[in-house]
Amino acid sequence: MKEKGYLDMELLRFTTAGSVDDGKSTLIGRLLYDSKSIFEDQYDAIEETSKRRGDENINLALLTDGLRAEREQGITIDVAYRYFATPRRKFIIADTPGHIQYTRNMVTGASTANMALILVDARKGVVEQTHRHTFIATLLGIPHIVFCINKMDLVNYDEDKFYQIKEEVEAFASKLDIHDVRFIPISALKGDNVVHKSENMEWYRGETLLYLLETIHIGSDYNHIDCRFPVQYVIRPHSDEYHDYRGYAGRVAGGVFKPGDEVMVLPSGFTSKIKNIDTFEGTISEAYAPLSVTITLEDEIDISRGDMIIRSNNQPKIGQDIDLMLCWFNERKLVPNGKYALRHTTMEARCLVKSILYKVDINTLHRKEDDKEVNMNDIARVKIRTTKPLFYDRYNRNRSTGSVILIDEGTNETVAAGMIV
Amino acid sequence: MKAYNLTHLKELESEAIFILREVAAQFERSGLLFSGGKDSIVVAHLARKAFHPGKLPFPLVHIDTGHNFPETIEFRDQFVKNINAKLIVGSVQKAIDEGKAVEESGFNASRNALQTVALLETIEENKFDACIGGARRDEEKARAKERFFSHRDEFSQWDPKHQRPELWNLFNGRKNYGEHFRIFPISNWTEMDVWQYIMYEDIEIPSIYKAHERKVFIRDGVIMADSDFINKRPEEVTEQRIVRFRTIGDMTCTGAIASSASSLTEIIDEVSASRVTERGTRADDKRSEAAMEDRKKDGYF
Repeated sequence: MKEKGYLDMELLRFTTAGSVDDGKSTLIGRLLYDSKSIFEDQYDAIEETSKRRGDENINLALLTDGLRAEREQGITIDVAYRYFATPRRKFIIADTPGHIQYTRNMVTGASTANMALILVDARKGVVEQTHRHTFIATLLGIPHIVFCINKMDLVNYDEDKFYQIKEEVEAFASKLDIHDVRFIPISALKGDNVVHKSENMEWYRGETLLYLLETIHIGSDYNHIDCRFPVQYVIRPHSDEYHDYRGYAGRVAGGVFKPGDEVMVLPSGFTSKIKNIDTFEGTISEAYAPLSVTITLEDEIDISRGDMIIRSNNQPKIGQDIDLMLCWFNERKLVPNGKYALRHTTMEARCLVKSILYKVDINTLHRKEDDKEVNMNDIARVKIRTTKPLFYDRYNRNRSTGSVILIDEGTNETVAAGMIV
Repeated sequence: MKAYNLTHLKELESEAIFILREVAAQFERSGLLFSGGKDSIVVAHLARKAFHPGKLPFPLVHIDTGHNFPETIEFRDQFVKNINAKLIVGSVQKAIDEGKAVEESGFNASRNALQTVALLETIEENKFDACIGGARRDEEKARAKERFFSHRDEFSQWDPKHQRPELWNLFNGRKNYGEHFRIFPISNWTEMDVWQYIMYEDIEIPSIYKAHERKVFIRDGVIMADSDFINKRPEEVTEQRIVRFRTIGDMTCTGAIASSASSLTEIIDEVSASRVTERGTRADDKRSEAAMEDRKKDGYF
C-alpha cells in the first residue's frame, strides 16, 4: 500500500476494553511503542516511578494515569485519551478503566468510537466481562468490533483454542446487533500479530491488528443518507459588506447537503432552497458529516439554535414521547417521575422520566422487570416525555440525532446518557 | 463515485469549530486566552473560521507576566490588528504591585505560578463565564484528563475526580452564578497536528519558533535564553548559539533547543524525529510529578 502524505491521513477513534489482567496496557503500550509514540522523557519518567513503586515491569498505565489520586492508588479513575499516528492514519484511543465505574467510562469512551478492541485472555476464554464489553460496544453502536484473543503464547499458539473462543463469542454475539466483527490471535507481550505478522501462527492468514486499524473502511461510519443539519448558531455580521447576511452555522449530522437543494426547516415546516454552503475558504459544493459549515437559504425564514434543516422527502421522527436505553452515571439514583434537563443535538429541553420498563443485566443480557431502581452504572429502558418536540432518528440509524444526555437541574451534573430506541 | 471521507486535519478542525460555536451559543461572556504561542494562535485562527463572515464574538485575553519574549508581544499586537480583534491584557506586574501576588526569589524564580492570580483577577473583572484555551491532552498527563468543557467552581478550582462525562457532541455548560468553564477546542490535537495545520493553513507564528541566533546559557541541561528577568548563577556563562523554541512560555521557564530548522517543513521533520515531548523544555512542569495538576486545581490554564 502506498504511504500517504499527512494531507491524506484519516482519523480513527477506537476504544479498548479489558482489564489489566487481559494485557490491555501491554497492548496499548506495544502499539504506542512500536509506532514510536512514546517519548524518551515520558518513558524515563514512568520508568523511574515504576522502580520507586517496586513494579516489576515498566507500568505503561502511568503514561496517562495523570492524576495524583490515580498514581497513588494505582487505578485509572477516568477515561484516558492517548494519541498515535502511523503514516496512514491518526488514532485516538479512549482507554477505559477495567473495573471502577466501568459502564460509565466505557459508555463515554465508546460514544464517539469507530472501533472497539475487546481483549480476551486465551487461557480463560469468554468470561462475564467479555459479555459486558460486547454488550456496551453494541449498545453504543460502535461500527466495528475486534476481538483480540490475547496471550496466545501461553496456550502454545494453539489454533483450536482460538477457534473455540471465536465460536463462543459468535454464539453470544448472534443475539446482538453487530455488523462487523473480527478476530485476531495475538500476543501483546511478544508482539505476535500486533504490528508484525506472527511467525508462531502460520495457521492464521488474516491481518495484523495495526494493519486492520490502518485499513478498515470507516467512510460509512457516518450516516450519509438522511439529511440532518441541527442549527447550532446564527451568524449575522451586521457589517457593511455582509449587511443582510444570515448564515446558519452547524455540523452536518447526516446526509449530503448541496447548494440548490430543496430543504425544510423544523419545527416551523417552512421550505426553501440552499443558497450557499459557506466556509472560511469560500463556498463549497457539498457538505456531509461531520463537517462544520454555514448554510444560507434563498428565503428569509425565522430560524434559531435547536432548529433542524432537513430534506422534506426524508424527515426525522418528531415527538415528545421518547423511548430510551439509558445509562445512569450519577451517585444520586434516577428519580422515577423526576424532571431533568435534556440535551439533544443543539436543542435543550426538559423531560419527565415517565416509566422505567426494565433494567438490563449487562452480564447475562437478561431483562430485570421487577427491579426498577436505577443506580450508577445501571442500564435501563425508560420512557420520557419532553417539554417540546425532538427531531430525532433511532440511535442505530444515526448516533448524532439519536442520542441525548440528561442533566440534574439541581447540581448541573450530566447524570445519564440515552440512546433513542 | 467519491467517498465521503474527511482528512484527519479537517475532522479535527470541524470538531474544534463545533466547540467554539458551542461556546458562543451556551455562554454570555467568553474570552479566548491568547498567549502568543502556537496553540492559542491556532485556536484564534479556528475561531475566525467558526464565525466567518462575522467577527469574533469574544475578545482575546492575554495574561502578561511581564517576562515575555519581546518577539511574542510584538507578534501579539500585530496579530490582534490583523484579525481586527479586541485584546484584554491581565497583568502579573499589576497583581504584584497591588500586593495580590508575591514575586518568587532565587535562581529559579518564575512568574509562571503568579499568572493564576492575574488570570483569576481578569476573569472576575470581566465577568467571564467561559475562557477558551489551547491546551491539548497529549501535552501533559494531567491535561490528558481534561474535558472539552471543563467546569470551575466559584474559586476557579478544578475538581478532576468529579468531572462531567462528555458523550457524542453533547456539551453541558450549565453552571451556577460565579462559576465558569474552561473550554479546550483542540483537546484532541497532538503537537504534530498543530504543526501540520499551521503549515497547511499557512498560519503566521512568532519568529522564535524558527531557528535564530541568540545569547543563551545552560541550566540543568536546558538551554535558557539570557534576559534581564533571569538570575544567573556565577558559573552560568552566556554564549551565542543557533536555537529555536518548541513551546513559548515565559523567558524564565522556557528552554530552547539547538536547532537549525528555519522552515515549517524542517520543523515538522524535527518534531517527527524528536524523542522527547515538547514540555521537556519547560521548567514549570519539572517542579514535581504533579506540578501541572496542582496548578490546574488552583485555576491555572
